[in-house]
Amino acid sequence: MSPEVISAPVVDTAKTPGRAHSRARAARRRKIVVGAARVLLLVAVLGLWEVLSRTEVIDPFNFSMPSKIWEQIQTWVMHGTALGPLGEQIWYTLHEALLGWIIGVVAGVLFGIALGRITLLADILGPYIKVLNSIPRIVLAPIFVIWFGLGPASKIASAVVLVFFPVFFNAFQGAREVDRNLVANARILGASDRRVTLQVVIPSATSWIFTSLHVSFGFALIGAIVGEYIGATKGIGLLVAQSQGTFNAAGVYAAMVILAVVALLAEGLLTFGERRIFRWKPSESDR
Amino acid sequence: MSTDTSPAIELRGASKIFKTPSGGLHTAVRELDLTVGRGEFVAVVGPTGCGKSTTLTLVSGLEEPTEGEVLVAGKPVAGVGDKVGFVFQQDATFPWRTVLSNVMAGPRFRGVPKAEAKERAREWLARVGLAAFEDRYPHQLSGGQRKRVALAATFVNDPEILLMDEPFSALDVQTRALMSDELLELWEGTGASVVFVTHDLEESIALADKVVVMTAGPATVKQVFDIDLPRPRKVESVRLEPRFIEIYREIWESLGEEVRITRERGAAHVA
Repeated sequence: MSPEVISAPVVDTAKTPGRAHSRARAARRRKIVVGAARVLLLVAVLGLWEVLSRTEVIDPFNFSMPSKIWEQIQTWVMHGTALGPLGEQIWYTLHEALLGWIIGVVAGVLFGIALGRITLLADILGPYIKVLNSIPRIVLAPIFVIWFGLGPASKIASAVVLVFFPVFFNAFQGAREVDRNLVANARILGASDRRVTLQVVIPSATSWIFTSLHVSFGFALIGAIVGEYIGATKGIGLLVAQSQGTFNAAGVYAAMVILAVVALLAEGLLTFGERRIFRWKPSESDR
Repeated sequence: MSTDTSPAIELRGASKIFKTPSGGLHTAVRELDLTVGRGEFVAVVGPTGCGKSTTLTLVSGLEEPTEGEVLVAGKPVAGVGDKVGFVFQQDATFPWRTVLSNVMAGPRFRGVPKAEAKERAREWLARVGLAAFEDRYPHQLSGGQRKRVALAATFVNDPEILLMDEPFSALDVQTRALMSDELLELWEGTGASVVFVTHDLEESIALADKVVVMTAGPATVKQVFDIDLPRPRKVESVRLEPRFIEIYREIWESLGEEVRITRERGAAHVA
């Protein structure tokens, strides 16, 4: 055998993994560029803010600056807030939002599925639901404080009214858009109306419902915060109100940062739960 | 049941009129008379969109006839009966259930205890050759495999009447022939009466004892042909027999005319 004959195929086989390798490297490089650009953008914005504020181009009293916000967060973490430990405030708000969210979601799903399945009910209640939905529901928050007092109940109530409608409309739509073939098939196979609802309509509406869950947890937080802002004894919303009352701009921003972190964590948990429930769905990469 | 001599399915002057979304009336089926004997395999052919599927929904009890009568085993149809199985044209497997759970659905809906339902489902999955796939979800299967799941899910209920609405039309040609053979094998063991709707004349002759030709919509029976090809049949080989070709020519003479009418109407619509 001559060496040329051997070397030719070797070059050929080496070529394909080489190409795959370079493609992987390009993908990795792109990831690094995107990540670096993100960090750079954040640093630039925060840096500009800090500089403008320090040189008093913008009023540091009104606009504060990142370093002060960071200090504020540190103080709250280390020494607690004027209302007590920071963890307690976060827990308070989170607990109100979570309860309101759960109640709103359960009610929204129940009503949505019921109205989606029972046309008569939908026809009767339809216009009222439209009217209720067109009310800017956040204005109910002060009324809830009057009704339910300064405790958690009023915040839970305002979270519920914010959460209910998006979940309701999605569940309703989901129940309406169930594949008619699946319903016909279930009925042929011997399913009663109740079985059709429980085992065909609800499972096929879950993807609709889940889309609304993401948005609605944010709404629950808004409801709780606004409720606290209007009147409360504890919570991040009150922290915002108090910081505002003492002209502490850094405090307002710090509370916002804390809220954003909390919301992101909750979103992550929800996505995790969704992946577990939707094991039966083809993932994007499968297609 | 053996003492009862009434035919499995009987349609007497059945009509079905739908309201269209624009408020008009659409007659899908008009004065249809059709009798299917016990254990008989009847194929219904007709031009596309002529109302063949509506005939099946009337027999299944999913829809009621506007006029006329539909009898199953001598009794008027009232709602979905428990003797009926239906294989749909589109995928109707439940995507959130595993293959095994899909096949168990029928018995479970009918109140069979879980263990027994599982046993029966496994048996039918083995018969359609999917025993190794019981934990998969439908999206992980091929179109042919999903159709097998649908067949198993239908047969597991021991239907006396099997309604099939172009069940294999979405499959590729080879898979289709294979599935047709499998269907014949599965059916021969059950003694069920079958109504098989298709627009494929070859498929209908290869499968059926009797081919019913429908008119262009609104559908009504135009002519009925007896297929005297011996059983058991193999779909791929039976269609090469001279008798098959003879029958094909004979039926096509009747069906071709209706297809032409439908096509001309379609052209008139476009113009």
